[in-house]
Amino acid sequence: MNAPQPLVSVRNVVNRFGTQVVHDGVSFDVFPGEIFGIVGGSGSGKSVLLKTMLGLRRPTSGTVALEGREITAMSDDELREVKRRYGVTFQQGALFSSLTVAENITLPVAEAMDLDEASFASLVELRLRMVGLPPATESKYPAQLSGGMVKRAALARALALDPVLLFLDEPTAGLDPIAATEFDSLVLYLRDTLHLTVIMVTHDLDTLARTCDRVAVLVDGNVIVDTLEGIVANDHPWIRQYFHGARGRALRPQAGEGDGA
Amino acid sequence: MLAFAGERHSHGTLGIMTVSVIAGRAASGDARDRLKIAGDCRMADAPALDSELRRLRAGPPPSLVVDLTEAGEIDIGPSWLLHDTLTALSAAGTSVTVDGPAPEHFAYLDGLAKKGEAGPAGSVFGGPLRWLVEFGKRVEVRGQGWYEALTFGGRLVVTAATRWSRLKRLRIPSVVRHVHETGVQAIPIVAVIAFLISVISAYIGAQQLRPFGAEIFTVDLVAIGVLRELGVLLTAIMVAGRSGSAYAAELGVMKLNDEVDALESMGMNPYEMLVLPRVVALVIAMPLLTIVADAMGLVGGAALTRYLLDLPWEQFVARLDSAIGDTTFWAGMVKAPVFGLLIALTGTLRGLQVRESSRELGRLTTVAVVQSIFLVILADACFAILFLEIDF
Repeated sequence: MNAPQPLVSVRNVVNRFGTQVVHDGVSFDVFPGEIFGIVGGSGSGKSVLLKTMLGLRRPTSGTVALEGREITAMSDDELREVKRRYGVTFQQGALFSSLTVAENITLPVAEAMDLDEASFASLVELRLRMVGLPPATESKYPAQLSGGMVKRAALARALALDPVLLFLDEPTAGLDPIAATEFDSLVLYLRDTLHLTVIMVTHDLDTLARTCDRVAVLVDGNVIVDTLEGIVANDHPWIRQYFHGARGRALRPQAGEGDGA
Repeated sequence: MLAFAGERHSHGTLGIMTVSVIAGRAASGDARDRLKIAGDCRMADAPALDSELRRLRAGPPPSLVVDLTEAGEIDIGPSWLLHDTLTALSAAGTSVTVDGPAPEHFAYLDGLAKKGEAGPAGSVFGGPLRWLVEFGKRVEVRGQGWYEALTFGGRLVVTAATRWSRLKRLRIPSVVRHVHETGVQAIPIVAVIAFLISVISAYIGAQQLRPFGAEIFTVDLVAIGVLRELGVLLTAIMVAGRSGSAYAAELGVMKLNDEVDALESMGMNPYEMLVLPRVVALVIAMPLLTIVADAMGLVGGAALTRYLLDLPWEQFVARLDSAIGDTTFWAGMVKAPVFGLLIALTGTLRGLQVRESSRELGRLTTVAVVQSIFLVILADACFAILFLEIDF
């Protein structure tokens, strides 16, 4: 599946806060149609890496390219154009609490283009259907939604501009196993039908095993990228502890489930 | 005849999208209208597509050919708009044929559209009875509000009555902290406001009284005005703005963070821990602040009369002595704890009413300030009538 042209390409990214080096030359590629997981302990710089890839933060040195265009060297105007090519969901959903779900989904679209009301409404219906939310959700406020619905609504908003790339920050954190499994299926389904590329930061080992084609582990300011089996077999002490701790049990008996093919 | 909708560059290198509608011409042997999409159709091209589709929907042709022979990739969003319109046109009796490969997402969208057909739009009470529904909802909200206020008052009284005896439980440190925050820290602003207001009223009074040669009564005006009304009222308004809002916001944030539930789950009474100390603190702080305001008001009056009317300090004091009666100071002072109580109760009640979202927090903080100022002025009016009746 490794197409020659990577969709996202991170090259020698260094992020430094004062004397503290968070990333010391991180490089990896994400290819179209891939679901790419990022894991790492607290403070290993997952959020900083995500922000760097989103163009919200310029790295101390190194480059990030999206569809072959270096976002780290772009002007704000060019960057704005690129930002329409990806969608993001944040850990807490980050839905605007003063807007209804429909308004949340319409906001990025209305900002980018001028359509008539009926078309906006029709597009809201589309996005809600895509993420499996009932149409009645549209008039609700984020506070009236359950945790799982918030994540879905956030995904619907992230999908609003038909992105080629989705960034999901802890998409299944705080969800019950049923909702988390449903969300995983949804992500897989969207990838398979829409050929989206997904980059997700997650701690959920089940999600990693079920959805991710390849996994990047952030350790010691560096990154180890491999298929899940490869990562699980890695004998870096932190990785061993992460995947072979008491919580990693789910992965071991049938490690083949996390298909890397 | 060719209606050209527009030509737009989609994302940089991806190619140019064009949409055009070609009206059918009987003469050329093909009476069908053609909708032609060429190039990649991205979400950014949706407006161009949408305006053509809208025109088609407005006047459905008898038959339509969708020409996709030169179309590239069509994103989900535009596909859905197209899908939607074609479905609507079919329903309107247009025979639709697609020329070329159907957009790849159509199968997916067909599945989506079938999944859970949309229920009946709008509530049963649309139209003429809508106002009744609105009215009912408002009555319900009001009723709920009164009910909550009563519950709040009841729980507070019960808490106060049952815990009063246990002094340790009254959280002395907490009360002291709130007295410091709402009282001590408010001294500078309250002092400045009282000073300025009394200077202003003394100035206006002196100007009006001078033609009658009665400037000396400016002292009476300032003394009685400040001591009976202005001092305490201005203090209350400042405190409502400073502390009423702070109470509402503090408790609201605690409510949003589930801190109130956490307290209750640990067997602690939030009314005892959070509400009572704040109420007690403000009931203590308000009279103290009023004394500061009264003093600064009199100083302001004295300063103005000194410089504007050349009235020496001694004479001001002498005049002051005869101007105010035994009750003048107390008529202002008795109101202070009542105002403090009203502000604290409104602030804490509104804070505890916050649920769900940060939007509520902002709204209820505003409500807390507005309502406490309103209640203070209403109470002041009641006091005025009462004092008139009992000749206080």
